[in-house]
Amino acid sequence: MTTINMTVNGKAVSGDVPDQTLLSEFLRENLRLTGTHIGCDTSQCGACVVHINGRPVKSCSTLAVSLDGADVKTIEGVSNGELHPMQQAFNDNHGLQCGFCTPGMIMTGIDMVERYKAAGKPLTSEAIRAELEGNICRCTGYHNIVKSIEDAATKM
Amino acid sequence: MSTGIGAPVKRKEDKRFTTGKGNYTDDIRKENQAYAAFVRSPHAHAKVKGIDASAALAMDGVIEVLDGHQLTGDGIGNIICGWAVNSKDGSPMNMGAWSALATEKVRYVGDAVAVVIAETQALARIAAEAVEVDYEILPVIAHVMNAMADGAPQIHENAPGNQIYDWELGDEAATDAGLASAAHITSIDLTNNRLSPNPMEPRSAIATYDDAEEHYTLYTTSQNPHVARLVLSAFYNVAPENKLRVIAPDVGGGFGAKIYIYPEEITCLWASMKTNRSVKWTSDRAEAFITDAHGRDHVTTAKMGFDANNKIVGFKVDTVANLGAYMSLFSSSVPTYLYAPLLSGQYDIQNIHCNVRTYYTNTVPVDAYRGAGRPEATYLVERMMETAARELGMDPAELRRINFIQSFPHQTPVLMAYDAGDFPKILDMAQGSADVAGFAARKAEAATRGKLRGLGYSTFIEACGLAPSKAAGSLGAGVGLWESAEVRVNPVGSIEILTGSHSHGQGHETTFAQIVADRFDIPIEGVSIVHGDTDKVQFGMGTYGSRSAPVGMSAVVKAMDKVEAKVKKIAAHTLEASEDDIVIEGGQVKVAGTDKAMAWHEVGLAAYIAHNLPDGMEPGLKETAFFDPVNFSFPSGAFICEVEVDPDTGEVEIIQFTSADDFGTIINPLIVEGQVHGGVTQGIGQAMLEQVIYDDDGQLLTGSYMDYTMPRAADVPSYNVSHHEGSPSPNNPLGVKGCGEAGAIGSPPAVINAITDAIGNNDLAMPATPQAVWRALQAAKPVAAE
Repeated sequence: MTTINMTVNGKAVSGDVPDQTLLSEFLRENLRLTGTHIGCDTSQCGACVVHINGRPVKSCSTLAVSLDGADVKTIEGVSNGELHPMQQAFNDNHGLQCGFCTPGMIMTGIDMVERYKAAGKPLTSEAIRAELEGNICRCTGYHNIVKSIEDAATKM
Repeated sequence: MSTGIGAPVKRKEDKRFTTGKGNYTDDIRKENQAYAAFVRSPHAHAKVKGIDASAALAMDGVIEVLDGHQLTGDGIGNIICGWAVNSKDGSPMNMGAWSALATEKVRYVGDAVAVVIAETQALARIAAEAVEVDYEILPVIAHVMNAMADGAPQIHENAPGNQIYDWELGDEAATDAGLASAAHITSIDLTNNRLSPNPMEPRSAIATYDDAEEHYTLYTTSQNPHVARLVLSAFYNVAPENKLRVIAPDVGGGFGAKIYIYPEEITCLWASMKTNRSVKWTSDRAEAFITDAHGRDHVTTAKMGFDANNKIVGFKVDTVANLGAYMSLFSSSVPTYLYAPLLSGQYDIQNIHCNVRTYYTNTVPVDAYRGAGRPEATYLVERMMETAARELGMDPAELRRINFIQSFPHQTPVLMAYDAGDFPKILDMAQGSADVAGFAARKAEAATRGKLRGLGYSTFIEACGLAPSKAAGSLGAGVGLWESAEVRVNPVGSIEILTGSHSHGQGHETTFAQIVADRFDIPIEGVSIVHGDTDKVQFGMGTYGSRSAPVGMSAVVKAMDKVEAKVKKIAAHTLEASEDDIVIEGGQVKVAGTDKAMAWHEVGLAAYIAHNLPDGMEPGLKETAFFDPVNFSFPSGAFICEVEVDPDTGEVEIIQFTSADDFGTIINPLIVEGQVHGGVTQGIGQAMLEQVIYDDDGQLLTGSYMDYTMPRAADVPSYNVSHHEGSPSPNNPLGVKGCGEAGAIGSPPAVINAITDAIGNNDLAMPATPQAVWRALQAAKPVAAE
């Protein structure tokens, strides 16, 4: 067991966890933040994406004990009372169906828009599709996810 | 903005999903919860000689290890296939015994032999590895064409030659005669590749046993919780229905894979009783690949004959289908009644004969996956039409047109009576929106860049909302295929719809509310949908086969009819008017042409206060209905795919994918289009990326997302989608036809027809990977003279 301290969605949290505990398990089981989902075992699907120190990371392939002192944001920390423009865009553009991949898509989408804006690069639909390489959706065929991220990019 | 039928209402359920507040089965934690891990066979075919659980049981935190002898000893019944299909000689299908935990033999890699119950999931998995099973390895059948060979290993004792049934539909003599008269015959051999459905949420179950009440509660990832309860009670003897509550909360996609009641749910329920603990099991993706029922896996040879005017005179089909190691719940119906009756497609064909033989193999059971039989039929018919057109030197659209069914109703020679459609119209729409007229110029331009451009069609029919129950029963179905609904108007006027349909991505909380808001002209915010809980909803057959709109919504409409009648009686009584003069609009129940009115909620209140109801009227305002359709609904569509092939690498890019669909009345175009996008993407996945592969030892080679290629965003285009609403279904009150499967049914042949057009070789199998396309391209090149 190792004691870890981190900030999750702006709140200081701590826990004693076995060393093999994945961040996704720590979030889901210890903190009961179940919006972060597990869709595969091989870091392919992206349902578990969270932001660690401002960067998108697959929480299913990150050891919780490696994140002592880290600042973690999950889907539960995205909305500030009002829906985040990315969340609103997914609703406005029917960017989700079963909702299981959605938290990871939104976390990836927010990062994508912020990065392109910071770099002053245009976020084209081709770029969005390429950037979604690490996120799988089985329901939507991506059409409306791409539209959602394009739409959010104009509002963020 | 309107929230009624036809309005693009944004989904009511999205807030919880976009904020991480969805409530999926694995998100739920029960008090005193333990975890199950299954001990699974690493062998595709073996005798189980013994199980030694002592090392596992000795671990701290391991609560119990249970095996199949204990399970069957407690009277848990074998897993059944619920659709009886007889062979053409009248003999019943050969259903092999399938115990939730294997006892004497294992028959596929992943077959469970024991379960470990432990305090943590990690410990349960470690302990499962420590259970020693003594196997005697047996010869394996990994591929269906080997199942019928002389001397093939015998998988089930009661299935000689591993055959499950040898079934036929249609008039063979008439079809042979039609083919004999043909001026041209096109023959093709093709394989419909085996797929894994892969809903993004892996299956999960939590079972709780209350020993004081002898009552079980199961949370599970199900498309049809009532069917699960029925089967668990009636066939698996877990508990009678009044002692078993099944809840399917938010479910992360289904695509067929979550219809069935699997060994894991049965075992968790039984283990919760054995251990007096809540028992939770959640699949990981690797386990999903070896336990979720697979789809497709057909090998087919077929001939289609044409007369001198290029009209079809006969279609003869011989299909071998792989059902895997055991017969899953609806497995028998998929390659028979959901396949052969669709072989007429959109065409007027007088003579069709189809023979289907199904076999056991040492692979995961195969059952319905999005489309279920209809994609296999469509792939065959539409590859046939395109190939024939090329052989006949005809425009493939024109060959289709001259064979289209022109009037309705239309009786095919393979059971179906099509109700409504306009096939020339939707082909016109698709050709217009795909700019087929400009294709030759685009092809020439692509050639200047060294690319091969191709265009492929698929004009298809499907049959949704399987019905009526009596007919399904006559064909062997073990259940009725109606749906039920309750419309509950509360005293404050808000409405709850209780439906047996289940939403796992389809957006029922929005679309079902739309039809209520439309009917009673009230704000959609005042309507809530209740589903997925056998304690709340009276009964239901669940969601699959694009049945929620044509069947589930129709039950809601029928219940609303009863509510409306009662509302009008109450209003007429209160307002001292004739029932016939009462109209419901604008949130009011009014006497037409006067200013006499009650607010909608006042009628609800009056019904429950019951101080002033018409003589003899029961208090309350809540009605129930069961709807059993008189026929299937028949959505149809015309898809056009345009691709560019890089001849150096075999890489294919889909430049444009166009659909023109006839789904009848559309409740919410946002949601309908979303269904088309998702379905087409799954079809493109089948056509270009996905394939379950077993080696000759029955080991699954595609057991993760590193090996099984799921379509990603950059693999597919944005879609060009349109709808024709001019031919509503006459068989349900809304005129809806169902839209959930069309994309997956119609798209694979459009993609392959486009690629084969580009490369000039019809001999290309799915998935059309760059390697397969490159090889087909080389084969099509003229051989240089030596």
